This record gives sequence, structure tokens and C-alpha cells, in this order.
Amino acid sequence: MRVALFVTCVNDAVYPATGIATVKLLERLGVEVDFPAGQTCCGQPQYNTGYRHETEPLVRRMGRVFDGYDHVVTPSGSCAAMVRDNYPRIGHKAAAEGRGPELGEIARSLGPRVYELSEFLVDVLGVTDVGAYFPHTVTYHPSCHGLRTLGLGDRPRRLLEAVKGLELRELPGADECCGFGGTFAVKNPDVSAAMGTDKVAHAASTGAEVLCGADNSCLMHIGGILHRQDAPLRALHIAEILLSTEAEPHV
Amino acid sequence: MSGTFVGMPAFPPPDPPAFPRAARDAVRDTTLRENLRHATHTIRDKRAKAVAELADWQQLREAGKRIKDHTLRHLDQYLVQLEESVTTAGGTVHWAADADEANRIVADLIRATGETEVVKVKSMATQEIGLNEALAAEGIRAYETDLAELIVQLGDDRPSHILVPAIHRNRVEIRDIFLDRMGSWGRPAPDGLTDTPADLAEAARLHLREKFLRAKVGVSGANFMVADTGTLVVFESEGNGRMCLTLPETLISVVGIEKVIPTWQDLEVFLQTLPRSSTAERMNPYTSMWTGPADGDGPQDFHLVLLDNGRTDALADEVGRQALRCIRCSACLNVCPVYERAGGHAYGSVYPGPIGAILTPQLRGTTSEIDASLPYASSLCGACYEVCPVAIDIPEVLVHLREKVAGQGGPGHRLEKAAMKAAGWAMDHPRVMAAGERAAARTRALHPKRPPGATAWTDSRDLPAFPEKPFRDWWKKNRS
Ligand code: SF4
Repeated sequence: MRVALFVTCVNDAVYPATGIATVKLLERLGVEVDFPAGQTCCGQPQYNTGYRHETEPLVRRMGRVFDGYDHVVTPSGSCAAMVRDNYPRIGHKAAAEGRGPELGEIARSLGPRVYELSEFLVDVLGVTDVGAYFPHTVTYHPSCHGLRTLGLGDRPRRLLEAVKGLELRELPGADECCGFGGTFAVKNPDVSAAMGTDKVAHAASTGAEVLCGADNSCLMHIGGILHRQDAPLRALHIAEILLSTEAEPHV
Repeated sequence: MSGTFVGMPAFPPPDPPAFPRAARDAVRDTTLRENLRHATHTIRDKRAKAVAELADWQQLREAGKRIKDHTLRHLDQYLVQLEESVTTAGGTVHWAADADEANRIVADLIRATGETEVVKVKSMATQEIGLNEALAAEGIRAYETDLAELIVQLGDDRPSHILVPAIHRNRVEIRDIFLDRMGSWGRPAPDGLTDTPADLAEAARLHLREKFLRAKVGVSGANFMVADTGTLVVFESEGNGRMCLTLPETLISVVGIEKVIPTWQDLEVFLQTLPRSSTAERMNPYTSMWTGPADGDGPQDFHLVLLDNGRTDALADEVGRQALRCIRCSACLNVCPVYERAGGHAYGSVYPGPIGAILTPQLRGTTSEIDASLPYASSLCGACYEVCPVAIDIPEVLVHLREKVAGQGGPGHRLEKAAMKAAGWAMDHPRVMAAGERAAARTRALHPKRPPGATAWTDSRDLPAFPEKPFRDWWKKNRS
């Protein structure tokens, strides 16, 4: 099987390790991965801040870049949600403004082909045990877009539970937002930080060594607070845990 | 907030602070945060249990959404039908385009009775239009009779929650307010009042009983208005509302035009979804319905004031109009992580929380600083949408309103637009973007931990260090 990786702009620039782990993990599972170099950003920051028109060229680009792939895999729940949930809205509004139907067509064509990593593993490849080994205590934060918009359900948890050596600890208030919210973190810094601090306190109360998530934007915010607090807990993307094996353990 | 209020303070407050500023103060008020955290978590857990009991919750939610959407689409017809039904039942219908007109109508009606005191059952519409202040200016005193509203009124305070307006107060604070203030409004609090709920409730009961028995005029809102019978419906928990609705000689109901539903049958959906969503009760303790005056029983004179006050403008907005489906259950407030930290007052409106963030800027427009900041008062986490019993996609409306605010420019947004445009351009040119990434990677040793301009971010968080090289360079080197 051949899939296209949509690495996302944040992962590309700030968290390349997540992209690399995604590639290596998929390859280990027998998937051939392509990285169309023309890809950039799904437009989520622009769209969510109220700049829909500025998003449109990026929607077109996403449509062009990933044309012809049956599966587009992304290690980011919120970016998958952006394509699936918001592209149709962008198409609808553009049509209502009389600006051609192509955006709507991109939304219809691309949406069903875009998969968040855990969705792809569980639903398309049909695996929950990816042969990983990670001898640490882990607590899982299901980011809002993955949880509510995509409805990832227990897919990430099932993947983690199948990891050898991994002990999963229940995160209190797991379904509460960590307070990142894209530009929300900048526009409402105090509320955002209060939410993040509570999230970190909940995570710390589990005694876990690692806080795992499927969205590096949230992990950047949570990790930033952890770092500031010098907490004995680190934030890690699920792809990096799933890549870790006995032969090649993640440090 | 400053100044002394006669009854409920005016809305909007004279110089409302923008949301992030107001929220900062609330975040730092540890008592407030603890009161809110405790109250919202208790009610949200109860709600989840009550809702889980119904196997057909999603169908009920869909039905409620459809009934409301259908009515809103034909609002003109149903309002005319309602007017006919109310008139046939012996009531009088008044139409009010805005707050001033509604206040004038109510004041004139009360003056015509010769009374200078009225009792009120909790009504958000009258708070929205600042009725109590308008009446006070005419020498008429309005007594709030809902327990929480009473607490807010006695405390010269502002409501901070749709359903539990005094949610920001704890028991000790309430006892102090009763002891301090009840005397100047009527029957004083009993000596030795404790802060046990039963004691507080008894003090309020005695205080209010006096008011109910004296009042000749009652003012109410309504949760629903049934078009085909002209019936108004109020859901409440204490029975105080029923006293207001039955004891006075004249009843004046002020209701937003979006509260109409076509038939009695339609109520069956909301009778199930509203109590469970708001107070986590299977059945509402007091559901009062009134259809015009009845000879020798209850008020002999009934007036319905139908309030627009920005609602037709909201109705004209294809995405935004879904906010008018709201049945004011407050479930969205109780699950909202932003509301939980910022408190209701930060929203600068009678409608706080997620629904307030989308309703207020539609009713009042987005030109004031607070109204322009409300659509951004959310992390778009979607918890509100998930619980809303009429499936209002609040995040969708928030983003829609952000577009409006961003489009109108204004301070902050002009710069932001330029930045978004530049970023959008770079992202539509992968080579430019990649060059930027590489430059950031090469200069990573020079990046300060707390870069200037990112102070809000770095007040409480560190920024991640840039990696040695972006993902696309790894790919180029290792895979292509
Ligand atoms: S928006 Fe929905 S959840 Fe919020 S108060 Fe209205 S009906 Fe209830």
C-alpha cells in the first residue's frame, strides 16, 4: 500500500521527530510512504482566527498536492479535522459567494481520504499491536479535535495498551481542553495558561513519566508549561512511542 | 464594576472590559475559581448521568433542533398565529423592536395599574433590556423572586450564569449578603442565620412570601410560547415563579420572539431535554403554563411583550441564526473550560459562556471592544456543541463571527491580517516556507528563551527549541 504523508507545518518545522517516526512506523508495517514536497499547511490557524479567504489558496494546494492518493495520513488530529470538518464549510461559503465550485469539490474528494495516524492504523491497516516496546508509565491526553470532531474514540488507547512494557495511567479530566486552541493561547493567555496548568497538574497526579498525545500543537503548549515548571514528566507524540521497539528503543 | 445599583444593574455595563482583561482578574481570584470549579463540575457530572439514562437522547436532540429550525424559518407566520391565539385567549400582545421600546411598554402598563412595586420571576429577556433599571428610573421597584436572582439583587451584583446566576457565590457569602441587605429590601434575615442550605432557603422564603402576598403586578419571561394555543410556559425549580404567575392581578410577560414553537406536541421534546440539560433532573419541579386570563383565577389582565432587540438581524445570518435555537439550559456553560476559569462576568453580558459568546455579538453587533472580543473567548474545544440539547454548533458560529470581526479591521486585526496574509503567501510557496524553516533551524542557538513579542505566551510557558533541521530536509536526505 502506498500512502501520502501530510506531516503538517508545525511538525515539519518544530517536531520533525514526529514526522520521522510516522514514516518509519508505517514502513515497518509494510506501507510505502510518499512525501509530496509541495505540501505546506492545512490553513487551520488562518481559518480559526477568522481569515477564511486567506485559507482558500491553502485548500487548493492541499487538493493539488494530495490528488491521486487513496490515503493521506497525518500525525495530527486537528489538521485531519480541519480538512474533514471545515473544508466543506469553506467550499459552501465560497459557492455562496459565487466563486466557483472547486473548493467544494476538493472538500468532498479529500475529506474521506485523510486519516489521522491512529485511525489509519486501526481502521485501514487493522492493527492495534504495532510491535512496539516502551517500558514507561504513560498517560494519554486526547486532544479535543481528535476526541470530538474526528471521534477517535479508544483507538489511540488501544494502540498504547498493546505496547509491550507500557503502563497506561488514567488521566483525570482527560476530555477537558488543555487550553491551546491555536491563537486562543495568544489572545487569551491567562485563561489558556490556567487550563494548561490544570491539565499538567492532572497529568502529574497520575505519576506517569510521559504525557502522550496525538497533536503536537497541544503538546507544545502542555510541554511548554512542563518545561517551565521543571516537571519530571515529558510530553511525547504517540507516533514516537509506537515507533519504539526493543531493538531500537526511543530514548 | 463600580457604582450602586437599584436592583439588577444595567446591561451592558457602562464600560465593559474586553474579555481577556476581565478574564485575567477572574483567573487570579482563587475563591471565585474554586466556587466555579466546584459548581460546574458537580452539575456537569449530574447532567451526564441524567442524559445517559435516555437511550434516544440523540433523536431528542435532533428533534429539538428541527422544531426550532422549522419555527425560525417560518417565524413571521408563527408569531402572527401566536398573536391571534393570545388575543383570542383574552391577552394583549405588544411588539417591541428594541430595549427602549420594551421598557417603555412595560413601564406604561405598570403605571396604568397605579402600582410602584412589582414581583419578577427570573427572566433573561428583562435583564437583557435592563428593565429593572428602567423601572427604577420611573419610580417602580422590581423585586427578583428567584432565589439566585434575589442573592444577586441583594448583593448589588451581576448574574454570572444563565441558570444559577449566583454560581460565583458560596454559602458563607450568601449568608452575609442576607444578613446585611434583606432588611433594606423588606423582611430582614432571622437573627443567628447560619449558612446551611435549609436555613438560607427559609430566610429567603419568609422574605419573599411577604412580597408575593402584597404584589399586584407580576413580570415574567417564558421558556416557550405555543403558537396554536397562545400558551406561555415557564420552567423553574422553586415554585417562586408560580407564585409570581398566579398571585398578582396583572401579569406582564416579556419574551424574545425566538421562543415561539408551533404546537403543544412540540413541548414534549423540550420537557425531556431542558430539565436534564440544565439541572440534571428527569422532570422539571415546576412547569407553569398560562393561556390568557381566566375569570376569578390568577391574574385578570395579561400582556405579552414580544421582544426583537437584534433577533431579526441574527435570523438573517445563515450560520449565526442557529444561536436562536437556544433554550437557555446552560449546559454549555457548565462544560466550558473557559467559562470555568473566566467566570460569567467576564462576558460583559446577561448571556455568559459559550452561548453568550455567540449570541451577544449577534444581538448587539461586534463594534464594541467587548463584543469584538467574545468570538475569541473560546479554545474551540467543542464541549459546548457536544452537550447542547438543540445541537447548536457553537464552534462553527464562533469562527463565523471571528471572520466578521477580523473583516471589520480595528485595532489588532489590521496587523493580524497583514501577518496572516504574509504567512498564507509563504505557505502557498513551499520553497519560501522551507527557506524560512531552515533559517530558523540554522539560527536556533541564537533564539532567546523568551523572545520579545511573545511575552503573553512565555509568561507561563516555554517555547520549544527549533530542531536542527526541518522534516522535509530529513526526507530529502534519507528517502528521496
Ligand atoms: S446553547 Fe445549547 S447548551 Fe447552551 S444554553 Fe443554549 S441550549 Fe443550552
